[in-house]
Amino acid sequence: MTEQSVLVAVGDEVAPVTAVPRPRRRRLPDLRRWLSPIVLVLLWQLASSTGVLPPSKLSAPWTILGTARSLIADGELGDAFVVSLRRVAIGFTLGLVIGVVLGGLAGLSRWGDALVDPPVQMLRTLPFLGLIPLFILWFGIGETPKIALIALGVAFPLYVNVHAGIRDTDRGLMEAARVLGFGRWLRLRHVVLPSAASHTLVGLRLGLATAWLSLIVGEQINADSGLGYLINNARDFLRTDIVLVGLLVYALLGLTTDAIVRLLERWVLRWRTP
Amino acid sequence: MTVSVRGLGKSFGALRVLDGLDLTIAPGEFVALLGRSGSGKSTLLRVLAGLDRDVTGEFTVRGTVSVAFQQPRLLPWRRVWRNVVLGLPTDDPKGTAARALAEVRLSDRFGAWPNTLSGGEAQRVSLARALVRSPELLLLDEPFAALDALTRLAMHRLVGQLWDVHRPAVLLVTHDVDEALGLADRVLVLEAGRIVAEHVPPPARPRAPVDLVDLRTRVLSDLGVTEYA
Repeated sequence: MTEQSVLVAVGDEVAPVTAVPRPRRRRLPDLRRWLSPIVLVLLWQLASSTGVLPPSKLSAPWTILGTARSLIADGELGDAFVVSLRRVAIGFTLGLVIGVVLGGLAGLSRWGDALVDPPVQMLRTLPFLGLIPLFILWFGIGETPKIALIALGVAFPLYVNVHAGIRDTDRGLMEAARVLGFGRWLRLRHVVLPSAASHTLVGLRLGLATAWLSLIVGEQINADSGLGYLINNARDFLRTDIVLVGLLVYALLGLTTDAIVRLLERWVLRWRTP
Repeated sequence: MTVSVRGLGKSFGALRVLDGLDLTIAPGEFVALLGRSGSGKSTLLRVLAGLDRDVTGEFTVRGTVSVAFQQPRLLPWRRVWRNVVLGLPTDDPKGTAARALAEVRLSDRFGAWPNTLSGGEAQRVSLARALVRSPELLLLDEPFAALDALTRLAMHRLVGQLWDVHRPAVLLVTHDVDEALGLADRVLVLEAGRIVAEHVPPPARPRAPVDLVDLRTRVLSDLGVTEYA
């Protein structure tokens, strides 16, 4: 018995001992992440230039670039961009607040968990994009249903991850904190919240991905402005170049926000791999 | 008395873990508690630490209590010095932490992240964190069990020195007979939830292992290990 428990303990000890890579700071974003997208674009240009790909199906990258330049120049893209970004910003912020507040409530208090978790888990099983018909009936076809859709899509992954993050707090650390005389506030600030941070960041990334998806879907509902409107309008005139400019902007926005969260992650979780 | 326990009982379902246990620890006294796995050692320590209040019988603990656990239980997201002084009311946290870390000879890891420490270093931070609170009672829950043999010996010396300087009452829960005999004023053997034997090693310190051979044999036989007899 004695030997066994010592062996287990030695096994536990291995991780902190071996995980001592010397500090290696990377200040620049990882450029390798851009490599494969660039190669794909080059292949695409090749296919268009050789006529394999007709412009009525897919315009060439070079054409798209020109279209983008003129769309930017006449302000059309900029306006659409601002409208769409505004929708995501408002929807995401709303969803973030709802997800974090409800997740925190359910994670931190037993009553909160008992009251909040069941309905949220039930609603979570609904495919939220399927709620569009109801949203149109409730909110009409203006900005509200689009923002509500984004907020809903963001709230669920954040709720789930904040809740799980708080619940996953190491019991051993909580006990140590209690023995060391930490009050409620100190335990929350130095044990629970830092421990929930990694989950929350995962929720943030998932939430952002859902936000862009919800925006794209939401902007198919009778939009009269924004990137979705630009794209749908271009489809009616067979302008694949404009469709692609719109999609590229969507993609760039997604990449940018993801990169921001990754930077945040590197800073918040800097204690992991110093 | 820093600790006085009378008739302490604790059950997990039908399992009686502590069964009418009596124990006193005088101020500044170093008591080691030996016992096989499941004998109730850790449960007793958790009760004294205030982590388990669902017990029968009486116990009082006077003064502040600190604990060093088997795993160091440092907050991985706080630097070493912050781990030492977090929750401690002090005007000069950095200075206090620096002094505490110097005592366990870890001044050079002051600003390190806990994940970069070796097992022995992390356990020394845990000791510094326990001692910086000037406890009247220091509870040590097999704090060296996870360390390699050489580090463990160095830790024994360090604990002996720290105890000499700070003089808290200590309850050291351990599997390691040599550790108990080398460090403690009194060695208690726990069996089936009560104390079944008490041994007093020679008071002089440091103690040479050769002087402890007979006592060691007796303690081991109390623990049911008789292959040397």
